Amino acid sequence: MLEGLVVSGVDTLATLGTSTTAHSDTLFLSRIQFALNISFHILFPTITIALCWILFYFKLRFNLSNNPIWMRAYRFWVKVFALSFALGVVSGVTMSFQFGTNWPGYMATVGNIAGPLLGYEVLTAFFLEATFLGIMLFGVNRVSNRLHTFATAVVAIGTTLSAFWILALNSWMHTPAGFEMRDGVAHATSWWDIIFNPSFMHRLTHVLIASGLTSSFLVAGLSAYRILKGDTKRAPKLALHTAIVLAGILAPLQIFVGDLHGLNSFENQPAKISAIEGVWHTEQGAPLLLFALPNEQTQRNDWAVGIPKLASLILTHDAQGEIKGLDTFDGNHPPVAPVFWSFRIMVATGMLMLASAWLGCFYLARKKPFPRLYLKAMVGLTFSGWVATLAGWYVTEIGRQPWLVTGILKTQDAVTNLPAGNVQFSLTVYAVTYAVLLLAYIHTLKVMANKAVNVEEFETHNPSADGNLTNLPTEGEQK
Amino acid sequence: MIDAYWLPVIFAGLMALSILVYAMLDGYDLGVGILMPLHKDEEPTRDIMIASIGPFWDANETWLVLAVGLLLIAFPSAYNQLFYYLYIPTIVMLIGLVLRGVAFDFRAKAAVSYKLIWDYCFRAGSLLTSLAQGYMLGMYVMGFNTDPSSIMFCLLSALGVTAAYCYIGAAWLIIKTEDQLQHRAVRWAILCGRVTFIGVVAVCIVNLWVNPEVYSRWFTFPLVMFVLLLPALCMTAFFANDFLLKKLPLTNDRLNWLPFVITAVIFMGCFCGLAFSFYPEIFPGKLTIWQAASAPESLRFILVGALIVIPVILAYTFFAYKVFHGKATALRYH
Ligand code: HDD
Ligand code: HEM
Ligand code: HEM
Repeated sequence: MLEGLVVSGVDTLATLGTSTTAHSDTLFLSRIQFALNISFHILFPTITIALCWILFYFKLRFNLSNNPIWMRAYRFWVKVFALSFALGVVSGVTMSFQFGTNWPGYMATVGNIAGPLLGYEVLTAFFLEATFLGIMLFGVNRVSNRLHTFATAVVAIGTTLSAFWILALNSWMHTPAGFEMRDGVAHATSWWDIIFNPSFMHRLTHVLIASGLTSSFLVAGLSAYRILKGDTKRAPKLALHTAIVLAGILAPLQIFVGDLHGLNSFENQPAKISAIEGVWHTEQGAPLLLFALPNEQTQRNDWAVGIPKLASLILTHDAQGEIKGLDTFDGNHPPVAPVFWSFRIMVATGMLMLASAWLGCFYLARKKPFPRLYLKAMVGLTFSGWVATLAGWYVTEIGRQPWLVTGILKTQDAVTNLPAGNVQFSLTVYAVTYAVLLLAYIHTLKVMANKAVNVEEFETHNPSADGNLTNLPTEGEQK
Repeated sequence: MIDAYWLPVIFAGLMALSILVYAMLDGYDLGVGILMPLHKDEEPTRDIMIASIGPFWDANETWLVLAVGLLLIAFPSAYNQLFYYLYIPTIVMLIGLVLRGVAFDFRAKAAVSYKLIWDYCFRAGSLLTSLAQGYMLGMYVMGFNTDPSSIMFCLLSALGVTAAYCYIGAAWLIIKTEDQLQHRAVRWAILCGRVTFIGVVAVCIVNLWVNPEVYSRWFTFPLVMFVLLLPALCMTAFFANDFLLKKLPLTNDRLNWLPFVITAVIFMGCFCGLAFSFYPEIFPGKLTIWQAASAPESLRFILVGALIVIPVILAYTFFAYKVFHGKATALRYH
């Protein structure tokens, strides 16, 4: 593996990032590496974006009621937040080097547009989050209560802003607008049109709600775990109730928004929708397939089970409406099976979330205690948000292929022509690091929940005299 | 309206500023990480050292994201080409940053038996990061050659940058700690200061020796009178700091901030020297900032934001440092 590691000579510069010389191994490995990095990264932002708003809510309730239980909930969840945030930051820093290291053609072609959007993210969001995070985590006793609440809100605003900018860029890559091509390079003509491109508002809403759902189920799952472990304090109950009600509101909203998102893509990226629906040849009155094995060779679906005409009805509001077949895109269509399946995984998870959240709301409305079985189910759903979010991103991103920027730049034309050995090296290092970190993260959440079970409801001493909220109580503090 | 000549200059300036701020700020927290003693019994020491950088490291690291961001925004083709040559060191640096960033949180939350392991990760991550950055600096100076002597130079530069980060890290600890640890920090600072001095001198000499353009640039009359002030300033700062450190700590902890300020001045001096050696080339020998610049309409769009936001960032950064002024306390629970 080492022989390819050293790049020599400046003469190779001229051929940098041109498709004719792009090595197919390098392309393949770079794609895997990008997908790995961004998949790992997105796990943590999906938690932190909404979790910070939930923390803000806990803090507000505490300020309004002066009931210390809210602050207890805050103190536990802020630790989970800090840990998730750290993982989000470090994997995000990696992301910002990715374009240069592996996708030089990307910056060369659309740098004029991608650059400023990424720049605004750093300027308006990252510094805000990172600076006020310090006050949020370590400043309780150093600043006034009001300022501490303010810091929590600022961090929440920061994470949301960062989603805003990065999704503006991502959506622009799906549905580019507000630019013109000069000599093969994109130049901005209207920043408004670039940011508020046709799929942006749909994607932003869908992703923010996805974050809300992911955090809700994380909060619900860990709280249910604590209760099952015999935690009788009020804070985990409170957190569980909050999370279930929030999920009960967001789950149906998400389905509604997801449907609108699909309609929007039907207009702007029909090939993606044809792949989602598994329509190989143009059809009128296409069925909604519940199960099928899309077959790229024979250009048809094996073992298809579907509800007649429903896909046409959903997408065109007409039972006989037409859906274009994948064969009408001149071979420029995405691989079908991963898109098809990811979509079904996402939707199935969404339905499961709806059912479990509403069942919980039902128990709450009846003022009944949750059955143990229900609590166990919620523990099982702790990371369901991750499953749906990743599946959703795979639908969108794989569904965009072979384009990197729809109609402008193909993925294969953007890749670096570094020797494959370099990318193999980096990919291996990333994969090992991320696997270890993911295990450590989940394990640590469990450790934190277990420790919290044994802490007294109200300590007689102040657990964080120095204003540091990020540390767990020491052994001596447990009863 | 600002024209196509000045825009790249302004952005090169902003980028230089954020690299410099990054090197000083993340420099001290990386340095603290590298200096951290790993003996089993030193856990309280480690707790204090980490507490001294806790509220700051994330924001410090964001300056790196900004620097890379500005490179990507303003000089996309330079960004592409630099990372083409710096691929492997970049990956090493990123892994270092990842290890360090997560160890910081994990050590406080994971099961107690894992704490020491995360401390090892913290130190290893800090070390990897600074070595990789030094190595990249070396490659840049050597024009990305990979012959053995260039590699030797890159290794030297890696050690030099690491020593420099330890230097400023120790200076930071002198401000933030007391008693025994503070005495140790003073000793660390003296030692690292001397190593840094040797490293800087070596880098300067090699830079002049391998890059004839740089040489002629520094030694052109009458500019020479003016530019040589810079090395003279750095030299004085090194000696003054060495002298001062031997006297510290003073009663009432007077002047505990001075070594940090002097070290920062040294960083600035070295950085200006480096910038002077290469400006206006952004990719040595290949691209000037004008050749690499992106379209003026894009630069104008982001400049408006940058001019509004950067002062705000500086303001709340100062505020955060004010909130957390004073000695770092160990992680106390009682
Ligand atoms: C929908 C949300 C979302 C998406 C799609 C992305 N990110 Fe992200 N990112 C965030 C939401 C976010 C966040 C919530 O704002 C994070 C997570 C934790 C944090 O500190 O901020 C973050 C952190 C974060 C950081 C660290 C910031 C710091 O130092 O504080 C960087 C450099 C990036 N991201 C860069 C990227 C790049 C280059 C992406 C795409 C290619 C990307 N992110 C996708
Ligand atoms: C955070 C959520 C995201 C996830 C989970 C995600 C996932 C993926 C996946 C799985 C691919 C591989 C598609 C394939 O090759 O078949 C891909 C491609 C790509 N995406 Fe995304 N993406 C996300 C967001 C973004 C954003 C915000 C950007 C840009 C700013 C982006 C830029 C790219 C690029 C450059 C590629 C091409 C490289 C490749 O094919 O692997 N992605 N993404
Ligand atoms: C159950 C009904 C749902 C429907 C009908 C739906 C619909 C969609 C569609 C059509 C896309 C692709 C957008 C495109 O064409 O580019 C998408 C993407 C996505 N979905 Fe869903 N979705 C649902 C539930 C969920 C849930 C429960 C989550 C997470 C908790 C989720 C997270 C995502 C994410 C993160 C993306 C990628 C980003 C984007 O393009 O918006 N979805 N969804």
